[in-house]
Amino acid sequence: MAKVFIYPTTSLILSDLVSRFGHEPLGSALGIRERIQTAGFDSPPLQVTPEEPKKGLRWAAVEVPSGVRGRMAFIGPQIEEAEAAIIINDADLAFGCMGCARTNELVMFLLRHRRIPVLDLTYPKSEEEGEIFVAAIREFLEKLPKGGKAE
Amino acid sequence: MKEYQPRYRGTHTVYVFVESPEVTPQDLSLRAYEAAPDLMIKETCFGLQITGEPARVAAVVKTLRALDPAHIFVKDRGFPPGDVRRCRANLGGARPGFFGHEFELSLIRFISHGLEALPHREGGESALDALERRKKKPLDPDRLKALFEAEEPSHG
Repeated sequence: MAKVFIYPTTSLILSDLVSRFGHEPLGSALGIRERIQTAGFDSPPLQVTPEEPKKGLRWAAVEVPSGVRGRMAFIGPQIEEAEAAIIINDADLAFGCMGCARTNELVMFLLRHRRIPVLDLTYPKSEEEGEIFVAAIREFLEKLPKGGKAE
Repeated sequence: MKEYQPRYRGTHTVYVFVESPEVTPQDLSLRAYEAAPDLMIKETCFGLQITGEPARVAAVVKTLRALDPAHIFVKDRGFPPGDVRRCRANLGGARPGFFGHEFELSLIRFISHGLEALPHREGGESALDALERRKKKPLDPDRLKALFEAEEPSHG
């Protein structure tokens, strides 16, 4: 089972398809779950403490806004852990404030920089595109170590 | 600052989305209760949220997926259901994250079609090659140069 980073990190479609084809999707829910389930000081809503932007310094310089560094504290370790990545390039839902937008650019850069296998996609807009979308993800995942068959 | 003690420590929560003409969220919840009466199961408009010990949750998900594999979709969730920091009962308006799911659910019928078509593709053309062919190619520099240098016939 390979660890596959998904972008958008909250994508239902990618998360489902990656786990359906026998691999482990790395998305934002895992990072949030880890923080929500760790005791400490109350820091609602996501239990992101002032420590997180300090951890983010590993991936972004100190003059980069703390919003980007805080997000990188979630996403950075997952990028380092990932053995492959699937990216949907026209995901408007991943765009939010400038913190999100700049983090997205940094995530793309770091994924390319790691030189792991990356599958670039766009959202399907027809049944024919849906067929190619799903089949391409399966083919991509089957090439990774210990690929599985559809359940 | 006040102390934070997490609830449901060590559990996993998953969303189960159903977009099927044959299975409703109610059918799913009944089947989930049958399979695991001791897990926390919440029926929603789009499907279910299941919380519990990770291995037990994975087993129930496998059972539910088998009901309609091409129309049931599963995703991890960070928060447990009803958490005051995320539940719309406390915040008002849609739950943060709802709009992303709403957008992807509008495309999910294409994914369902793709999953149903997978067995028919065996031995056919590689989907990765088909994907590559469909990508917009950047303009070739030589072609651009030729366009610059092309002489238009004068109309004078």
